[in-house]
Order: sequence, then C-alpha cells, then structure tokens
Amino acid sequence: MKRRRDTTYTGIPRWVAAIAAVGALFVLLPLAAMLGRVNWPQFIPLITSESSLTALGLSLRTAAASTVLCVLFGVPLALVLARGDFPGKRLLRSFVLLPLVLPPVVGGIALLYAFGRQGLLGQGLEVAGLRIAFTTTAVILAQTFVALPFLVVSLEGALRSAGSRYEAVAATLGARPTTVLRRVTLPLVLPGLASGAVLSFARSLGEFGATLTFAGSLPGVTRTLPLEIYLQRETDADAAVALSLLLVVVAVVVVGLSYRGPAPAGSGGRSARVGTPGRVPA
Amino acid sequence: MTFTLDAALAARRFDVSLSLAPGETVAVLGPNGAGKSTLLSVISGLLRPDTGRAEVNGRVLFELGPGVHTWTAPHRRGTALLAQDPLLFPHLSALENVAFGPRSAGMPKREARESARHWLAEVDAADLADRRPGELSGGQAQRVAAARALAVDPEVLLLDEPLSALDIHAAPLLRRLLKRVLAGRRAIIVTHDVLDAYMLADRVIVMEEGRITEDGPTREVLRRPRSRFAAGLAGLNLVPGTVTSAGIRTAEGLEFAGQHDAPLVAGQAGVAAFPPSAVSVFLGEAHGSPRNSFRVTVTDLEPHGDQIRIRAGDLSADVTPAASADLGLAPGLEVYFVVKAAAVSIYPS
Repeated sequence: MKRRRDTTYTGIPRWVAAIAAVGALFVLLPLAAMLGRVNWPQFIPLITSESSLTALGLSLRTAAASTVLCVLFGVPLALVLARGDFPGKRLLRSFVLLPLVLPPVVGGIALLYAFGRQGLLGQGLEVAGLRIAFTTTAVILAQTFVALPFLVVSLEGALRSAGSRYEAVAATLGARPTTVLRRVTLPLVLPGLASGAVLSFARSLGEFGATLTFAGSLPGVTRTLPLEIYLQRETDADAAVALSLLLVVVAVVVVGLSYRGPAPAGSGGRSARVGTPGRVPA
Repeated sequence: MTFTLDAALAARRFDVSLSLAPGETVAVLGPNGAGKSTLLSVISGLLRPDTGRAEVNGRVLFELGPGVHTWTAPHRRGTALLAQDPLLFPHLSALENVAFGPRSAGMPKREARESARHWLAEVDAADLADRRPGELSGGQAQRVAAARALAVDPEVLLLDEPLSALDIHAAPLLRRLLKRVLAGRRAIIVTHDVLDAYMLADRVIVMEEGRITEDGPTREVLRRPRSRFAAGLAGLNLVPGTVTSAGIRTAEGLEFAGQHDAPLVAGQAGVAAFPPSAVSVFLGEAHGSPRNSFRVTVTDLEPHGDQIRIRAGDLSADVTPAASADLGLAPGLEVYFVVKAAAVSIYPS
C-alpha cells in the first residue's frame, strides 16, 4: 500500500511536531536504555526461572480476573454516569475516578481498612470464614480498584459521543430498556468497551503499590510480576531487567493488538450519524 | 378509537391539545422553535410534560396532574418515530433493522425476518435487505427507516421532518412512498414544506410559540390562513384587523377595502388576505377606486420565480424585473403598494 503523505492539510506547526518528537523520545529513551542493559545470553534462563514463571502466571491470571470485575462494575457505572440524571452525579464521578490520581499505596491502605481483618467489612467477612487481605483475592481487588476508572472513563466517553438518539429510536420501536442495552447500546460502544478493558488489563498488570500494601508479597499467592521485579532488583539486577523487558513486551502486545485509540463517535470506523453525510440520489 | 392529547410543559412554554381520528394524518407546521418536535417527544414518551393526559384507543399513555401520575414507558406506547435522520442501527443490516421492532415485541426470529422482508418490499427496498446502513444513500436509508417504523404497526406514526435531510432527487420519491403508506394510517408529520401538507395530510395544524394557532383541513387552512405563518406558507399577504362594512381596519388605523366572503359583523376580528401578485408598486400615490393604496418602506428584494418579490415588512409584492429596474427599487426606498379591492378577501380570524 502506498503511504499517504501530504495529501491533506494537517495544520500542525513545525515547532509543535518538534516538541512532540522530544516527548516521544522521553518515553522511548528509558526503554531503549533498559534494552541496552539486558543480559542476552542469560535472558531465557532468567525469565523462565521458577519464580519468574510463577509471578508471570499470577500476574496474567489476576489481571484477567480484575478486567472481568472492571467490566462487570464499570459498564453499569459508565452507563449511569453517561445517561443518568440524578443529584450527586458529579460527585459520584469524582469518587469513581479518584483512584486515577490517588497514590496506589493510599488505595492499598484504604482497601486494608475496608477488607482487612480489622476492617469495616473485613471483620464480618472474618466471622463468615472469609479472609481477603494478603490473599490472591486481595491482589484482584487492589488491581480492580486502580484499574476501574480506566474502563469507566473510556466507556463513558464512547457512550457520550454515541449519543442517546439510537436508544430513543429503539425504545419507540418497542424495545425494553434491557433489549436496548443488549442490542443497541453495547454493540454501538463495543470499540470503546474493548479499549477500556484493554487499558484496565494493562493497568492491572502493572499494579504495584496497592497490591504490596493490601496483599503483601507471598510467592505464588500475591507476588505479581511487578513485585517480583522490585524484589529481584535488590539481589539480581539482570533478572529484574529481563523481567521488566518481559512486562514491557506483554504490555506492548496487549495494547498494540487491541487498543485502537479513542474511538471516534464511540463506534470505531462506523459513523454514528449514518445516512446524513451521503446525500446520494436514492 | 381516537387519539387525544392534552399536555403542558412550562419549561418549553408548550401547551397543546389535539385529537386524531383513526386513519387521519395531520401535518404540523410552524416556525423553528414552535414546539413541533416537543409535541412528538411528548407523544412518544421521550419527554415528560408537567401536566396533561394522552390516550390512544382507550389506552392511557400518560396522565399527569395533581394526585394522578400514570406514565406508560416509550416502548409500550406503540408510537414509532421516523426522524429527519434515519438513525438506522449501524451494526445491523437493513433487514435486521426492520426486524428490530417485531423482534422486540417478542416475534420469533424467522417470522420477524419475514415481516421485515414484507415491509422492505413495501418501501421498494427489498434489494437492500443485506446492506449495512453505511452502504446506503440518504434516500435509501430513509426508506429502510420508514419500513422499520411501519413494521411495528404503530397506533400513531410520528414523522419528524422525514424529508428535510434528503436531496432534491430523493425527496419526491420518498414523498410519493409516504403518501402510499400513510393512506388510512394515523400519523403526525412535522414538516417545513407546505407540499408535504398538501400531499400527505388530511388536516393541518400550525404551531407558534408552543401553542396551536390554527387547525383545520389542509385546503381550508392554506386557502384562508388566519395566522401569519400559514399565510406565509400559502404565499399570501395577511393583514389582521377589525371588520368594517367595506373591509377591515388595522390597529394602526389603515383601511382595507375587500370582498367579504361570508356574512360578517362589523367590529369582529378579521383578516384581509391577498396574493403578492395582486399588488402593484408605484413611486407616488395612485388613486381610483375601489383600490387600496398604502405607503411602505422596501426592506428586501429577492428573486421569486421569474418575478422580483418586493418585501416591505410583513407585506410583499411581485413585480417583473423590468418594472423593478424602472422604479429603481432598493431597500430603504419609500413606495406605494396598491391592491384592488376585488383581490382582497376578508374573513373572520
């Protein structure tokens, strides 16, 4: 395919492009520096050591579980925030988005006081024979806590740009709200939902602070890949670098494969206003 | 077996009461912001009025007032909406779009598709069944949208300027099609186009500032408009005033001589209506009876067919381009509009 260049006016001043290049370098340079420090002959043994594979497996499993929880709670939250009309909506949004700006360690402490042994719900759960803190469940909860806003923000944006006109039409055609959600709303925002889920997965995969605070660092139970990397750095720098590279590769693959950037009009390539632009004779 | 509506919504200064017989199609005309779309939203349940009551075939759509609160959700109303924008679900094929309504009503998939094929054929779109909305032209998409609305067999079909987004070639085709499918169907069509009212509707309603200002058979409203808006649609000059023995006297004290076309009582409110083509333009005052001559200031000139339409405030006159040039007409010029009494109809408002 021929590259399309200079066919349409973009209006980006050169100095803006120059600063953008510096910004891109700022992100790429550290990764390149890390790449330069990889102990290539030992790379495969380092990342296939038992502790590494255990940590990677745990990370992938817990991140997948967190993503499921994010979708489960995030879709209703995004719907309520995008379509609902109730007092305190702005407040609710602020609270849901709080983990975005909160230091993860603070999130971990908060989770501990909610679900920990002495916590608000934790005490009751303890009586019921359920322990959450310092278990794999705690890892999943910590990751969900920090990753949920990514799904909500992404999906709410998609819902807003898709607008509610299709839903109104579907309702006048006799579709119950649940039918409208299943057959109209969700298919329309599927690209937004997918990119939100991918972002949540990536955020879960990288979670460190909240996990360490709320779940600890038990090998095979709560020690995820980021924790493993941090611990290895103290003793075996080569192993830490190799595992870091592994995490970078996993993240790049996941994001590159499925994240297509902010979906225009909430429906990927499909225009939300089908029919109006093409005024072709019938 | 009628549809009745009585609704008020203070936030939009909306207060309308309306009823439709079975099989009756009503065109709603009015300037922008008159509340035409609000009317459709209230009927379809997308907008909740403060107070009022609506009922179709004995079934209450809503009843809101002190102590009463009955509300039927949009999906239980049987009021399909066809908007200016076809709004076909982009992820479904044309056939699935049309089958959406019957499926939502609980019809088995096979039957719903059967019904969808029937309605697509009804709007001459059978060959578009497998297309995605993105692959349809504006006119094709609107035809499929019409089939989708008809497929739910609505008790009241609501059409919100269904032709205004279509180009000059697609609109006449869809208008003919709507004429065919609306025959014998209860429908409310909001439109800007007097042609839609003529072709599609049995009755015309004119809305202005959230209220119905005129309501009557299409021909009657356009022949003898009582509101300035309807007069504009009918292409008539309209002068309101008080009926006198010879014609009408305006609030400013201007006398209009004309033909009374019904027995009128002096002193009652009436209007004088006359077409712009009956108005002659002079630079000086013209005499001779029975004529009406009044001084106006030209505000605008615009082409109108092969004539030039001279606007002076709310009144207009049509003259030939040659006459316009001879008179040196330009905005700001003071001229006399002269119209024969025989060309002026006087009727009660």
